[in-house]
Amino acid sequence: MFNFGIWTSEFNNWLMGLVQHDWLVTLIECIIIAVLVLLTYTVLALFYILYERKLCAWFQCRLGPMRVGKWGLLQVFADMFKILIKELISLKGTDKFLFALAPYIVITSSVVMLACLPWGNGLQIIDYNIGIFFILAVSSVGVLGILLAGWASNNKYTLIGAMRSGAQMVSYEISLGLAILTIVVFAGTMNITDLVMEQEKAWFIFRGHIPAIIAFLIYVVAATAETNRGPFDLPEAEHELTAGYHTEYSGIHFGFFYLAEYLNLFIVSGIATLMFLGGWMPLHIPGWDGFNAVMNYIPSIVWFVLKAFFVSYIIIWFKWTFPRVRIDQMLAFEWKYLMPLALANLVLMAVFVALGWHF
Amino acid sequence: MSDIKSIISKICPSATFEEGDTLLVSVPEKDWYALAKNLKEKKELDFDVLSAVVGMDWKDSLGVIYYLTSTSHNWDVVAFKVAVEDRENPMIHSVADLWKVANFQEREVYDFFGIKFINHPDMRRFFLRNDWVGHPLRKDYDSNPALNPIRMDDEINEDDTVSYVENEKGEIKAVPGKVFGEEDYVVNIGPQHPSTHGVMRFRAAVDGETVNKVDVVSGYIHRGIEKISESLSYPQILHFTDRMDYMSAHQNRHCLCMCIEKALGLEVPERAVYIRTIMDELMRISSHLLSFGCTAMDLGATTAFFYGFRERELVLDIFEKTCGARMSMNYNVIGGVMADIHKDFVKDVKHLLEIMPDRLKEYHKVFSGNIIAKNRLKEVGYLSKENAINYCITGPSGRGSNWACDCRKVHPYACYDKVQFEEILETGCDSYARYMVRMREIEQSCKIIEQLIDRIPEGDIRNPKVPKLIKLPAGRWYQQVEASRGTFGVYIESDGQKTPYRVHFQSPCFNLVGVMDLCCQGYMIADLITIGAALDFVIPDIDR
Amino acid sequence: MGVKIKSMKNEDFKDNEYIDKLVEELNATGANVAVGKLDQLINWGISNSLWPLCFGTSCCAIEFMSLGAARYDMARFGFEVARNSPRQADYIMVQGTIVHRMAPALRRLYEQLAEPKYVIACGACAVSGGPFKNSYCVVSGVDQILPVDVYIPGCPPRPEAMFYGLMQLQRKIKVQKFFGGVNRKEKIKDFFKEHPEEEGKL
Repeated sequence: MFNFGIWTSEFNNWLMGLVQHDWLVTLIECIIIAVLVLLTYTVLALFYILYERKLCAWFQCRLGPMRVGKWGLLQVFADMFKILIKELISLKGTDKFLFALAPYIVITSSVVMLACLPWGNGLQIIDYNIGIFFILAVSSVGVLGILLAGWASNNKYTLIGAMRSGAQMVSYEISLGLAILTIVVFAGTMNITDLVMEQEKAWFIFRGHIPAIIAFLIYVVAATAETNRGPFDLPEAEHELTAGYHTEYSGIHFGFFYLAEYLNLFIVSGIATLMFLGGWMPLHIPGWDGFNAVMNYIPSIVWFVLKAFFVSYIIIWFKWTFPRVRIDQMLAFEWKYLMPLALANLVLMAVFVALGWHF
Repeated sequence: MSDIKSIISKICPSATFEEGDTLLVSVPEKDWYALAKNLKEKKELDFDVLSAVVGMDWKDSLGVIYYLTSTSHNWDVVAFKVAVEDRENPMIHSVADLWKVANFQEREVYDFFGIKFINHPDMRRFFLRNDWVGHPLRKDYDSNPALNPIRMDDEINEDDTVSYVENEKGEIKAVPGKVFGEEDYVVNIGPQHPSTHGVMRFRAAVDGETVNKVDVVSGYIHRGIEKISESLSYPQILHFTDRMDYMSAHQNRHCLCMCIEKALGLEVPERAVYIRTIMDELMRISSHLLSFGCTAMDLGATTAFFYGFRERELVLDIFEKTCGARMSMNYNVIGGVMADIHKDFVKDVKHLLEIMPDRLKEYHKVFSGNIIAKNRLKEVGYLSKENAINYCITGPSGRGSNWACDCRKVHPYACYDKVQFEEILETGCDSYARYMVRMREIEQSCKIIEQLIDRIPEGDIRNPKVPKLIKLPAGRWYQQVEASRGTFGVYIESDGQKTPYRVHFQSPCFNLVGVMDLCCQGYMIADLITIGAALDFVIPDIDR
Repeated sequence: MGVKIKSMKNEDFKDNEYIDKLVEELNATGANVAVGKLDQLINWGISNSLWPLCFGTSCCAIEFMSLGAARYDMARFGFEVARNSPRQADYIMVQGTIVHRMAPALRRLYEQLAEPKYVIACGACAVSGGPFKNSYCVVSGVDQILPVDVYIPGCPPRPEAMFYGLMQLQRKIKVQKFFGGVNRKEKIKDFFKEHPEEEGKL
């Protein structure tokens, strides 16, 4: 597998030779990384918007965007230009500071999460020993932005939407965390690179079989809820609360919520890829050496992105198939079924690991 | 009928009788409430359904005609006329405590005629703004637009209501009240809201997510059809019916045509009757498909909505070929139908009948069988059979509460006595039952069309003897049909002119919206949307 | 004139004089190349990303649903992101009769829309009051209370007619000027000056 780390260290050395100052090198690299992350963020978000719109159209026997650019490829750029120049309405009776702050909190949280993902072999910004823990922690900040948005708007719909969102995200975070913890127990590490390297022989979902599959299913359900997507899209429940917590937002502030929603979809899919589907590792089947060698030729970044798109596809499929659940049903589902199951699964995984019943 | 007369005259000796289209009993105002109580509660009378309330202005007096019928006595319709001569401050005793459906109906009469109902709990205007000047359906209404300009300010004191309470001594006092208390947290839903199926406005007092009370504010699409009709000739009125409940355009227009034909004593050619029946059923299929789609969409299952619309387009194609329009077909005319069926009509209908069973299975697979959908619909919006009758909830919603109220069965008209079909009843009394009644009615409609499509007789499509200038003889007529959403009634009173003296449309959705408060209490905000979707009201039909 | 709509030629539109006049009027003042190009880019963005506000009062709304459904599929144009919150929508398509009670609500909805915003009067009732014009409580046309950009006749208009109307709106947007030129906002202000709200009547 080609290690992108070679390129990055080459670049580092070259820059070192050019400017001679440690601090300056770090600064320049930070700026480059920041630009790259933001660029990736935008491109991915735009891609995801089109991806979902096309997919949902196909589910619904439609064509989806067709007329702006070839196959509607430029549709999202038109949307972006439009949203950028849209008026930002300032409202009477709102908490102006918090109202303006909320979208930035949401988008910052999702940008930071994006920055933590390992894109390929050596393509990673930071490599913590508690990487997964950090991602989970940052993901919880997003809900704060949503709560603020709902509260600061001074609108009953947004308030109800925000309260629903708060209840939902706090609840489902537990199952999400437990599902991830199951894999951490299995892998014995929280370091993202180590997690991926562990899956060189086979992905965790195969290696950990029964408990890993259960954990994967729990993760996908909880992740759908975490990203506020159907059937758990209650916070913005279009048909009940018009647009939920972002009812009062316009222009780019709304655009931030919109982008963050789609990017969070990519991020949870990325984490699922990382934890269950081998991260950027290619598909290896023990014994099939020829096949494995061919798979190795596909760059690691392609593997990661395609796997993430696949998980997103499943989550999008949920949204366009299922009706929305009700708030009490949603909470009952989490606290009565999903969380106990996740807990039991964690114990099961511990037993499996202790007894060595895995591959 | 004669024994009803004798029973009534025993209870209320001052009542006078008048034979006509239906028996009309004139009752003095002072005896009305006592008689109404007996009508409702006496076993041998047992008038449990108040099917229409028609406000009237006879120039020398103002009054109300109540059309009552009884589920246990063969559904015979009897009209009761109550009139008062005081035009300044007309007052009639309310029957809203006997028949709950009268609550909104009497508010409508108050709005249109200014008749105040004694002991009515909530005497606000129903359709018009609370600062509206005058009562538009009165014959002496001043239509000067300067009196009622387009007001761009909000309505103030929306919460204020009044009740005219009579004490033991017979004195009537106005008691002001408030719709919502100080401590109520009121969420406003509508008039622009994606799930109110139009521009209905609900104000819901909520406790957390639980709904405690729903106040219905209507009139955001009140176009005054009944008033405009009074200045138009009969053929000109017809097109309004297509624009009230646009999902029951054929049935509504059928009803008005039948009412006028009844008054004129016109025969409709057999061919036209067959075509009308088939069109009615096609309309019902199209309406129920839309209802399926909207229910699914309101619950968040967007894809199911598109599936419903896919088949609906086929029905619209059939309409378009024969009637020339996708919606607002304007197809029925007095004495027949507008145009003969298109040469592809039979073929297209057969194609539709052929694919429908499979498509229905698909719907059940994608939506009705879904566990989330079931949980969202089942045991939500409970409406008992007694309440359904008391609130006069007809149509699929009433049949979802196990009330056999199908007008096609109780008063067969058109071809409905010639075909075999089952009246769908569900015992669930909840939103799921109402939803399932609709889905199963699509099958029955297909069955009806199947029996008729090959038997359309040759002949005229319109009675050639229809007079050029249609003048109805003096009198009053009431006609009911089964529209997509329930029993649709047309009341016409004529004084022999070429324009009607009074036209009243008794729309099924008007009653449906009346149970929103009852059905939603104790459920959640999300359920309010579900209940609304399952009741499936069309707002322009309520507001007219 | 240089207003391009994909796969619909200029000659295919019926009211070219109006658009031509608009273009002439706009070009009279002139603009420099950079601003002109930026203008074009922005207008391309706005015209291809028209998100409707769900606002239907009667039959036209059902045809609008058909417009979104599979056969007509307005998603092809990028119109399908129907927003329920006026803050996020680009245009309000008035589908159905507007009555006296609704008028203030409609006006408020319009005011809640974020700039740039457009109004389409869809259907006979919204254009002129339609069959209900003589009623005591029907507004004879939404242009009495809102500045309308495009009128779509019909009762209800067919989905094709709605597409035509929407493409007309696209054309109109493509010739407008975002920077300088005839200021849309000023025009809207003039409209509201002519139709004041303070007196509480029109």
